[in-house]
Amino acid sequence: MFNWISPDIIALLTDPVVYQALLRGLGVTLEIAVITIGLSFVFGVLLGIFRFSKVPVFSQIATAYIEFIRNIPLLLLMLTCYFVAGLPSAAAAILGLSMYTSAIIAEVVRGGLNSIPTGQWEAARSQGFNYVQIMRHVVLPQAVVKMIPPIVSQFVTVIKDSSFAMAIGAFELMYEGTILAGQYWKATQIITIYVLIALTYFVINFLLSHLSRKLQTKLSAGRGTIGQ
Amino acid sequence: MGPFALTKWEATLSNYPIFLEGLGTTLIAAVAGLVLALMLGIIFGVLSTASSKITRGLSRVYVEFFQNTPLLIQVFLLFNALPLIAPKAVIPVVVVGILGVGFYHGAYISEVVRAGIQSIHRGQLEAALSQGFTYVQAMRHIIIPQAMRVVLPPLTNQAVSLIKNTSVLAVIAGGDLMYRGDSYAGNMGNYGPTYIIVGLLYFLLCYPLAFAAKKLEDKQEVS
Repeated sequence: MFNWISPDIIALLTDPVVYQALLRGLGVTLEIAVITIGLSFVFGVLLGIFRFSKVPVFSQIATAYIEFIRNIPLLLLMLTCYFVAGLPSAAAAILGLSMYTSAIIAEVVRGGLNSIPTGQWEAARSQGFNYVQIMRHVVLPQAVVKMIPPIVSQFVTVIKDSSFAMAIGAFELMYEGTILAGQYWKATQIITIYVLIALTYFVINFLLSHLSRKLQTKLSAGRGTIGQ
Repeated sequence: MGPFALTKWEATLSNYPIFLEGLGTTLIAAVAGLVLALMLGIIFGVLSTASSKITRGLSRVYVEFFQNTPLLIQVFLLFNALPLIAPKAVIPVVVVGILGVGFYHGAYISEVVRAGIQSIHRGQLEAALSQGFTYVQAMRHIIIPQAMRVVLPPLTNQAVSLIKNTSVLAVIAGGDLMYRGDSYAGNMGNYGPTYIIVGLLYFLLCYPLAFAAKKLEDKQEVS
C-alpha cells in the first residue's frame, strides 16, 4: 500500500526530541490527573455525603449539582473555566475536570454508603454514637474500601479526558503530541506520532485498569482485610 | 461590561439559528454514532462470549484499545489516516466524529452486552443447543431477549455519554453544537450566555435519558 518503514519514519523514531516532547506531555497529563483525583475525592465525598443525607436542602443541592454536571460535556466545563472564569489553561483544565469528576465520585460514594446495612447505623446509634461519629468511625472506613476500585478506574477516565485540555492550550500529552505532529509534513510521520501518543496513553491506562480489576476481586473476596 | 451583561444575552439569543444548526449536527452525529456503537457492541459482545479463543481475543483487543486510549486521539488518528485509506473520497468531518464515538462507545457497549449475556445461566444455552438451535439462533431467540433487561440501564447511560462525547467534534471543527457555540462566542466575546445556552441544550438532550436509566435501574432492584 505505502512504504511504512521508510527513512522518514526511522528518523522520527530515533529522534530523542520526539520522546522528550511526549514525556514532557505525559508529565503534565499525570500532574493534572493526580491533582484532579485528589480534589475530586475530597469534593466528591462531601457531595456524596450531602446527597446521602436526610437533610432536604443538602441532598437537593447535591442532587442538582450532580445531575446537571453529569449531563453536560466535560469540554464545556473546561471552556467555561478558561474563557468565562479566565483561569490559566492548566488550572482551567484541572478545575473543569474536578467539577466533572467529583459528581461521578459522589455517586460512587453514595453507592458505597448505601452498601453498609442499616443495622450498623442502628447498632452504632444504640451505643451512643452521633451521626458524624457513625460516619467517621463505622460507615466511612468500610465504605471507602468499596470505593477504591471504581475510583482507580475513574483515574483512567480522568487521564483520557484530560486530553480535552488541548482545546484550551494546556501542554499535556495530547497537545504536546499535536504540536510535535505539526512539525512533520508526511502523513505517515504524523500518523506515527499519533500512534506513539496513543500507545503512551494505552500503557498507563491498561496498567491502571488491570490494577482496578485486581483490587475489585481482592476486596470482594476478603472482606475488610484492607484498610482496617 | 461583565460576562453576563444583558446586551450580551440579547445578542446571543437573537442568534438562535446558530445554536439550532449546531444542535441538528449534534443530533445527527449522536444518532448515527449510537447505531454504529450498538452494532459494534453487539457483535464484539457476542464474540467475547463465544467458545473460540480467537474471537474472544479479537474482542478483547478491540475493547482494551478503545477503552484505554482517549477518544480524542482516536479521532485524530482517524482524521489523519482516512485520507490514506481512501485517497479519493471527500469525507465530511461529521463522519469522522460519528466513526470516532461509534467505535469508542462500541467498546463500552460490548462490555455491557457481555455482562448481559453472562448473566444468563449457561444451562439455557445448552438446552437450546440440544434442541437443535444453532448458536446464532440460540443467541437471537433465547439469550439476547433475556439479557436485554440487564443491559438496558447501562446501555442508556452509554447513550448519554455518547451524546456528550460528540462534543469532540468541536476540536476538529465538526460544526456541532459545541463548535458552533464556541466559535460564535469567540467572534462576539459572548462566552457567558453562550456557554449557559449550550449547556442547557446538552442537558435537555441528556437528562431524559439519564432519568430513564435511573428508573430502569430502580425497577431492576425491586424485581
